[in-house]
Amino acid sequence: MDHLQSALTQNPLEKIWVPWMSSKLRRRRGSSVPQFTNSPTMIVMVGLPARGKTYISKKLTRYLNWIGVPTKVYNVGQYRREAVRAYSNFEFFRPDNEEAMKIRKACALSALKDVSAYFTQDHGQVAVFDATNTTQERREIILSFAKDNGYKVFFVESVCDDPEIIAENIKQVKLSSPDYVGCDKEEAVADFLKRIECYKVSYVPLDEDRDRNLSYIKIFNVGSRYLVNRVQDHIQSRIVYYLMNIHVTPRTIYLCRHGESDLNLLGRIGGDSGLSPRGNKFAAALGKYIRGQCIPDLKIWTSHMRRTIQTAEGVGVAYEQWKALNEIDAGVCEEMTYEEIQEHYPEEFALRDQDKYRYRYPKGESYEDLVHRLEPVIMELERQENVLVVCHQAVMRCLLAYFLDKSADELPYLKCPLHTVLKLTPVAYGCKVDPVFLNIEAVNTHRDRPVCEDAQAGSAPSSRHNRIQPMASPAPNKAPSLPELGLNDLSLQNVSVDRDPMDALLTVPEHI
Amino acid sequence: MDDGAEECVPTPSRELTQNPLKKIWMPCKKNGLPEKHIFQRKVCMTNCPTLIVTVGLPARGKTYISKKLTRYLNWIDVPTKEFNVGQYRRECVKIYKSFEFFRPDNEEGLKIRKQCASAALNDVRQYLTEEDGQVAVFDATNTTRERRETIKRFAEQNGFKVFFVESVCEDPDVIAENIVQVKLGSPDYIHCNTEQAVEDFMKRIKCYENSYEPLDEVLDRELSFIKIIDVGRRYLVNRVQDHIQSRIVYYLMNIHITPRSIYLCRHGESDLNVKGRIGGDSGLSDRGKEFACCLAQFIHSQDIPDLKVWTSQMKRTIQTAEALGVPYEQWKALNEIDAGVCEELMYEEIQLRYPLEFALRDQDKYRYRYPKGESYEDLVQRLEPVIMELERQENVLVICHQAVMRCLLAYFLDKTAEELPYLKCPLHTVLKLTPVAYGCKVESIFLKIDAVNTHRERPENVDVTRMTEEALLTVPAHQ
Repeated sequence: MDHLQSALTQNPLEKIWVPWMSSKLRRRRGSSVPQFTNSPTMIVMVGLPARGKTYISKKLTRYLNWIGVPTKVYNVGQYRREAVRAYSNFEFFRPDNEEAMKIRKACALSALKDVSAYFTQDHGQVAVFDATNTTQERREIILSFAKDNGYKVFFVESVCDDPEIIAENIKQVKLSSPDYVGCDKEEAVADFLKRIECYKVSYVPLDEDRDRNLSYIKIFNVGSRYLVNRVQDHIQSRIVYYLMNIHVTPRTIYLCRHGESDLNLLGRIGGDSGLSPRGNKFAAALGKYIRGQCIPDLKIWTSHMRRTIQTAEGVGVAYEQWKALNEIDAGVCEEMTYEEIQEHYPEEFALRDQDKYRYRYPKGESYEDLVHRLEPVIMELERQENVLVVCHQAVMRCLLAYFLDKSADELPYLKCPLHTVLKLTPVAYGCKVDPVFLNIEAVNTHRDRPVCEDAQAGSAPSSRHNRIQPMASPAPNKAPSLPELGLNDLSLQNVSVDRDPMDALLTVPEHI
Repeated sequence: MDDGAEECVPTPSRELTQNPLKKIWMPCKKNGLPEKHIFQRKVCMTNCPTLIVTVGLPARGKTYISKKLTRYLNWIDVPTKEFNVGQYRRECVKIYKSFEFFRPDNEEGLKIRKQCASAALNDVRQYLTEEDGQVAVFDATNTTRERRETIKRFAEQNGFKVFFVESVCEDPDVIAENIVQVKLGSPDYIHCNTEQAVEDFMKRIKCYENSYEPLDEVLDRELSFIKIIDVGRRYLVNRVQDHIQSRIVYYLMNIHITPRSIYLCRHGESDLNVKGRIGGDSGLSDRGKEFACCLAQFIHSQDIPDLKVWTSQMKRTIQTAEALGVPYEQWKALNEIDAGVCEELMYEEIQLRYPLEFALRDQDKYRYRYPKGESYEDLVQRLEPVIMELERQENVLVICHQAVMRCLLAYFLDKTAEELPYLKCPLHTVLKLTPVAYGCKVESIFLKIDAVNTHRERPENVDVTRMTEEALLTVPAHQ
């Protein structure tokens, strides 16, 4: 009986129980949700130009990466631009332009080769093949390629005949394309419309009957109708759900933290305290700011914690409470100062600095857990239009990372200071961020990754710079990544378990 | 605009008070009592009631979908009820004679059927406007555009949103299996033998076929609907209006009817179980380890093809799974309910230190949230992705915990929020769930290794002023 009872040991970083002796049966169990993918999946876009293929590709990739599925976009247009340095005009895309056809096919094949490398060498799980793929012949090539390599294929076709949508599309993303740099606007539009005509002649949409054995979703007119065929597995089901929830209606998302809280002032993490006097002032200022913005049909969301609710109360409009927006659970470290954590749990403190994204507090959560908890919030944010989310530091970092496509390494160090509203407006393929500091002073709660005092030039100054000043001005929206700080070498970072306590506390912000 | 230097005088925001049961912060009135209307983020926010209307020939799974969808929506706390027009017809026409009732030229029959539909719509109106219902599922063939127009007008007059769910299927095998599963046992065919019933039913279907007008991409482009083709091979989704319709579409696209079994059980008896302590992250006791071995034998003997095994991320479920010798997936969402400040306490200690909390829990065990912990209501929300994935999967063994298992079981067996926290899920017992007809067959298999009882019934006295003995009356024995 005993040989079956392999002893379990708890991985110190993620607090995951694993068999002590690594068995063949062991698969990656590090995250809070099982990884439901076996074979890699190719998502293949289909559609005429200006139908939103690249928009969908980039957005979908951003979403999948955020929920932990390694995904990459392969835009064949990019390959073409690298092959043909200067774009002259639409004639390149004429179906009778044999020279160009050869180049375009070569680009597609080159992209497919890179897809293969991504799956086999880079451990990618999903590759989005962004091109028109408007002929059956081209799709057959892709299907054979996938079959030979054991990849699943899911087609995403965007069909649109609304001239207004197409015109808006051209304005948003084509006029600024490298292809039309230095072109007069009217010329660019005229050329692009002729480009579309080149494809129309040979366009064969996915067909209900002929393509009945393929897995695909057909999106009509930016989402008023969908045709979904043969969803094969979990990830395709999630992709379909996501695509059916996104929209392109212009809107704005406001993210901010609760006002400064009593525990913030004391430098203590977590807990469920109320607002400090300055926090209350912020709540009033927030109300004033929001009213000033004159936002139609604004929804306000808070967590279940007192400080966000108190803040929303200051706005004076109805709000909805989401438990999923609660701050990260610091488990045994709840309500401690960083100094106390260093004193009582120095190993934990060091582990957290080693991998802040995956580190799980004992009896608490990790940033990775947070992301999974927040997924329904993101899904609903996609469905909604104008929303103000009043939340917490770690939560806001996760949401921001989704909108700004930040990696797991960057996410836990994004700067989300108190009393600063981030106004996010979707534009072109991404998101415009306007930080708005509401001019009420507050403590700084941002703790950077500690660095060795005698590290290479360029890194130490950064750490000292980041250390103290209370945030009186809007933060840049990109926290310096480790390579930027020249910190690829772990020895330059002071994250070892045996480090000096004073070094551990080097980057702790000031507090009472 | 101001330069920001001006003092922002805080508008007196309302004072907050924490509701003692759910631990929700809400603004209170001057007298300290909480304001009534607080928007708790329930998973499905919709501003007006929704009427789901099924469409399709007989034996296309409309009632199966209606019941399953109703069960799911109620589980995620969206009050939903189904209205099956066939039921109304059976109450009106006491005895079913033959398919002739459904002939399109049977005027008497048509009159009765129209009356039944109206009666059902009346009840729908009552449910959605007077009984706090949020979703009503109108289960009938609704195969003509005319009938659907009537329903649409009814909904518009009452301020309900309408979402059609059409099931289209021409596969004779699927239809035959459908008839075997649910028609032969129908009250309509109680006195018939199998052949007679099948023959009559096939003729019944024929009666509808001529006048059937399926939802059309073009003609019905203004309607909100999902067309399910060939039991989920293909879907056509049109004009999803809001959150709840989006969730319904997602759910319908994940369910299937492939026969399979779901096995639910708890971890083996743990060291804390033996001491009568709740929560924590302890390992298995000796008897728990024996159970793990027995579970392995049981599972092997069942010879289940392609079995997936899921555990929580707590030591005791993982130890149990390890004994099976097969790969398993860990879900954090399957972790036991977080008892907050009461973690690792005995019930006697909870009564001693937090008698108020203990009483509140007995008063409303479903909604009660432990201080700094969770409620059953929170658990259900946390488990929703697990249920969704269970629907997608086929054969699965879920090794979890008492409160978690109660939530999952309540979903499969359609138990109410009141019943859920008291469902019996004893240690060392596997529940084998097999979908059959419109519901789920349950087989309970005790693996013959003794364990402590961890089930605490609701005591009679749940008042905060009760005596200690009354509170501890139903605590199960422990070391």
